[in-house]
Amino acid sequence: MILNVTGMRRASFSGVPRWVIVFAIVGAAFVLVPLIAMASRVNWGGFVALVSSESSVAALLLSLRTSVAATMLCVVFGVPMALVLGRTSFPGQRLVRTVVLLPLVLPPVIGGIALLAAFGRQGLLGRPLEVLGVSIAFSTVAVVIAQTFVALPFLVLSLEGALRLAGTRYEAVAATLGARPTTVLRRITLPLVLPALLSGAVLSFARALGEFGATLTFAGSLQGVTRTLPLEIYLQREIDPDAAVALSLVLVIVSLVVVGLTLRTAPGSRP
Amino acid sequence: MTLRLDARVVERGFDVRLEVAEGETLAILGPNGAGKSTLLSIVAGLLRPDSGSAYLDGKSLFDLDRGQWLPPHQRGISLLAQEPLLFPHLSALENVAFGPRSTGRSRAEARASARHWLAAVEAAELSSSRPAQLSGGQAQRVAIARALAPEPRLLLLDEPLAALDVAVVPTLRRMLRGVLSGRTAILVTHEVLDALTLADRVVVLGDGVVVEQGMTAEVLQRPQHSFTARLAGLNLLTGVRTATGLRMPDGTSVDGPGTGVIGAPAAAAARPSAVMVHVEQPRVPNVFAVVVQDLEPRGDSIRVRSASMAADISPGRAAALGLSPGLPVWFTLPESEVSIYALGG
Repeated sequence: MILNVTGMRRASFSGVPRWVIVFAIVGAAFVLVPLIAMASRVNWGGFVALVSSESSVAALLLSLRTSVAATMLCVVFGVPMALVLGRTSFPGQRLVRTVVLLPLVLPPVIGGIALLAAFGRQGLLGRPLEVLGVSIAFSTVAVVIAQTFVALPFLVLSLEGALRLAGTRYEAVAATLGARPTTVLRRITLPLVLPALLSGAVLSFARALGEFGATLTFAGSLQGVTRTLPLEIYLQREIDPDAAVALSLVLVIVSLVVVGLTLRTAPGSRP
Repeated sequence: MTLRLDARVVERGFDVRLEVAEGETLAILGPNGAGKSTLLSIVAGLLRPDSGSAYLDGKSLFDLDRGQWLPPHQRGISLLAQEPLLFPHLSALENVAFGPRSTGRSRAEARASARHWLAAVEAAELSSSRPAQLSGGQAQRVAIARALAPEPRLLLLDEPLAALDVAVVPTLRRMLRGVLSGRTAILVTHEVLDALTLADRVVVLGDGVVVEQGMTAEVLQRPQHSFTARLAGLNLLTGVRTATGLRMPDGTSVDGPGTGVIGAPAAAAARPSAVMVHVEQPRVPNVFAVVVQDLEPRGDSIRVRSASMAADISPGRAAALGLSPGLPVWFTLPESEVSIYALGG
């Protein structure tokens, strides 16, 4: 039976039972309704004034700056990690993968405590650095470190999967044509997994932008230094709920743009 | 000798020693799993054997006893696979220029060389196409140009025509014939016609070891191994040489002209079309009692297969004899159609 309803796309066989669609709609509503409710609370008259206050702008700019830096760090270290995990084999690889992906499931506040133990004034690495005159905790650098810590697994996970899926047949051909491993990586491997790399980077950026727990624990909340937008929103909620809602909407819009970009660059779902 | 290989991979039961002379094309024949791809991977540097060595023009590709191992990109050996494997994000011209560019030539030189090789495989008009826009035959031609562009010392071909549409195979085979003349190459193939038209010499692999080798015509006319006989389309009967021919282990004697020393292992080769089929036992030499295993149409004849031999007869004859699987019949072979030669030499 072929359904062809005027004004609709020709329905092709999907194999999805109707009751599944009902559950899917409830699930989508569950995500959508709170966002709509929040948008309905926005004080549109004072919106511009609320989001352009000195502290709001400082928080937004700090968030964008640190998230971009964290994303770059994720690419610099995440790409080699994905290559080593996805293309080589060594004893204990499974364990290493589990540990590397741990921040994905760990409560961020635990991440913050762990980072403090490593980079804090009395920390494992923090104490020697302190001697050298470098203080990391409660600085903008700490924000970037916290964001990188939680965002890194997103890039590694997305890229490693793509690397495995792509296989190494093109790389083998390139090597027999005389290309050094670095040339193969630059001219063959990375271009082939570019969609996954981009979507991984965008996901990492989104995660960094939304980071709260680890940042608060490890970097604190100093205006213009470590108080990112999520921290500012949490603070404003106590003082000025209208500002908190307005800023939340800003973050929702930024995140929507980011997710939209990810879906565009995700492998197999190009428009 | 240009290439001298001696390699073992314990896990795969692979133990091969072979040589390829300067300017020679060596065909590697063998059933699936015989180690043909393993051989190419070892020579290309994509698989490290457990032990052994390989020298190309006296230069070590690997010598594991001395701990030497040259990575693939330093070997000067191109690999052309069954599938073209053109880099999907590069144009045909950029694909061909990849090799020269990677081996240190300037961008302009690499492109000039790529244009030259694309023209050599009659694919100049495809230079700006993306691999996804090319047909299978076009893509394989570009892949040939890409394999040749770095001017490899040795060319490896892994069933280069197997994945192509039958319509374009003759053209590609002619092109490869031109490419391979005077070039040192190893060609892995399933197709006896490839060995005949493209190769000077043949090595037959079976279960990871060389089971026979020699000049192509020699190997195909006097197969030593049942796989080779099957490839060459011949019946192979083996036994001990007698004054009139040979005696098979079951006592059946095969008479016919040939060479070989009496008492030594010998083989008799005969074309299936020379074998005749009877329902009643005929009173002639070279009679074989067999059971029909299956019947298979083959061009304008029917191939009648038994456990040990095959006969090609006309469909009319097959119908008149009332052949069906399981029927006991007699195969006969005229002495003039038998060729007897020594085995294992």
